[in-house]
Amino acid sequence: MTDLQANTELLTKLNGLAAGLFLLTAFGMIAMRQVLACLKLFVWQSILLAASATILGFQHSSVHLFVVAVITVGTKSILIPWLLVRLVSQEAYARREISQVLNIPTSLLLGMALVILAYFASSPLLGASQDPFVRMNLPVGTAGVLLGAYAVVVRREAVPQVIGLLAMENGSFLAGICIAPDLPIIAELAAAFDVLIIALVMGLLTRRIRERTGMTVVGKLASLKED
Amino acid sequence: MELLVVLLVPALSAILCVLPIGGGLAALSTVVGCLAVFLISIHVALTTITRGHVIAFLGWISCDSFGALILLLVAFVGLTTSIFSLGYIRRVVPQEREGKKRRYYARFNLFLLSMLAVPAFSHLALVWIAVELTTLLSVFLVSFEDTPEALEAAWKYVVLTCMGAALALVGILILYWGMKIAGRGDFTWSGLIVASPGIPGPFLQTAFLFILVGFGTKVGLVPVHTWLPDAHSQAPSPVCALLSGIETTTVLYTIIRLLPALQGLSHGPGSWLMAAGLASAGTAAFLLLQVKDYKRLFAFSTVEHMGIIMFAAGIGGTSAYYGANLQMVAHSVTKAFCFLAAGSILLVVGHREIASVKGLIRVSRPAALALLTGSLAIAGAPPFAVFLGEFSILKAGIQSGQEIPTVALAAFIVIGFCGVMYHVNRMVFGSPDEEEARVRLPGSVLVALGISAIPVFLLGGYVPGILEEMLRLAAASLGR
Repeated sequence: MTDLQANTELLTKLNGLAAGLFLLTAFGMIAMRQVLACLKLFVWQSILLAASATILGFQHSSVHLFVVAVITVGTKSILIPWLLVRLVSQEAYARREISQVLNIPTSLLLGMALVILAYFASSPLLGASQDPFVRMNLPVGTAGVLLGAYAVVVRREAVPQVIGLLAMENGSFLAGICIAPDLPIIAELAAAFDVLIIALVMGLLTRRIRERTGMTVVGKLASLKED
Repeated sequence: MELLVVLLVPALSAILCVLPIGGGLAALSTVVGCLAVFLISIHVALTTITRGHVIAFLGWISCDSFGALILLLVAFVGLTTSIFSLGYIRRVVPQEREGKKRRYYARFNLFLLSMLAVPAFSHLALVWIAVELTTLLSVFLVSFEDTPEALEAAWKYVVLTCMGAALALVGILILYWGMKIAGRGDFTWSGLIVASPGIPGPFLQTAFLFILVGFGTKVGLVPVHTWLPDAHSQAPSPVCALLSGIETTTVLYTIIRLLPALQGLSHGPGSWLMAAGLASAGTAAFLLLQVKDYKRLFAFSTVEHMGIIMFAAGIGGTSAYYGANLQMVAHSVTKAFCFLAAGSILLVVGHREIASVKGLIRVSRPAALALLTGSLAIAGAPPFAVFLGEFSILKAGIQSGQEIPTVALAAFIVIGFCGVMYHVNRMVFGSPDEEEARVRLPGSVLVALGISAIPVFLLGGYVPGILEEMLRLAAASLGR
């Protein structure tokens, strides 16, 4: 076995580890009741995304992916958590969310169903590629998107909904770094900027909702509907 | 070059708006900026007719005549709503809250900038970012009135449309992967069409579905339309005109632009689009009957029209594409006019309830006339522009052999017509409960209503040669 092959095998395993942990954090965001724990899981998820980007960077010997990793850590695991903590009052983070739409064991079962769905949805695409990194990241990334969407739907607190949205973006990027590793850097920068604006806008809106209605349980806002 | 100027002018106006100088500067720079953008867009449109396209940065910022058509629409509605804002904002924001007015105009310009960017960008990754920015830059315009309802609407708006954008991102990335497998070209609209025969079918299919659901959220496709009536009714009326009139149209444009790349598929996108369109038009037509708020009435009518346009794009063929594009133009100008009319009624009566507005014609003649013509036009009565668009779509549907869905669509259009006219009739005529004093509307509101009424009337009778040519080129570019 040549050095190159051994290297690739090691990198594949490391990437598998990162992707597996990524999926675990996505499940954790559904299972955690406490708002602060959710935010911490999001930070870990972003670091794992950056780790996967770094591993792929070694594999493709591309500086580009290292830049992506640095941008990801900078915005998603430092700037965005800092922004969200600054903008929304501390009281909201200490709260435990009891009144989810569905209870946690049911949620985890549905989450597993979503992961299976993600594998089925990405299987027709996987036929086109023998790359082991794509075969790992694409289904896990799609699962990340679906699990994030599920978190947004079942959570009633504002901050976990924002985190669910950002986790969806993380999922798309985990798939993105392996299927489109050479996306122009300007697009990556703009996307990072865009995620930052999402956090800023939604943080400000949460703060405003708390000022006006005295709560951050956005699930209870239901005055606008058809009757 | 022109395209860069189009994007720079609103950015510059936004900067001028936040500078704390003078009272009228923010409003003035917005209107002047919008006028400049409109004039340059006309120039861009004319250039695309003669030369085919306008390029600022090859592969990044350029537009062909379909893009220029959307650009022109955005610029026109931007101009009328900026004029309308002058009088409207002066009435609804107290005199001493100078900062709030300046913030309104700054956000207005930024929102307009993001919508101009969608047709001006040709790189798909940038288009995605521009679409996402149209949401993020308009959230605080939706919540501008700062009531709990407005905040609720803004929250639903941003959560649902950002979820949609994340799904669409997956679709865009899959397209990029497919382009790499096909092995050539820039990741632009035209590059995509060139490369599409080399992209494996499952890639196109999966990417299209992700983008349809993702951006469909923003267009207001049933069943992910639930945010739309809330956001489009709670925002200040000029902003509603932007949201309903052109924001939905620009996003729909990005979905329809994918069509020429998908023609090689065995299970084409046509049936998906027709099903989604029929579902939206049908649901919205029945929901129209039970609304209690006249701004929600027009918001549901937007869902219905988006469905109609989507249906037309799904039929396929040059005449259906022509109908879809004509309907896009007609809907944009008419719906913007309707929301400006709704805004002037709000200025007159001060609330949004249909049941307690009666005999409007005796309280304010201009507002009542605007409402009546606007609703007749949007409901699809001849001789207005929407009638022409709907007629050509139904004709194309029958000609292409899709009789049953087309007849269903026609039924939904009729139900929608009855729904709109039933409510509006009661608002305009009838006798008011108590004798109310006549209310005068601000001059700029009347001017804005007058200008935005021009295309509503004009396009019903005849389509000017230049516009006709642009519509024809746009339809041809969809057919490949």
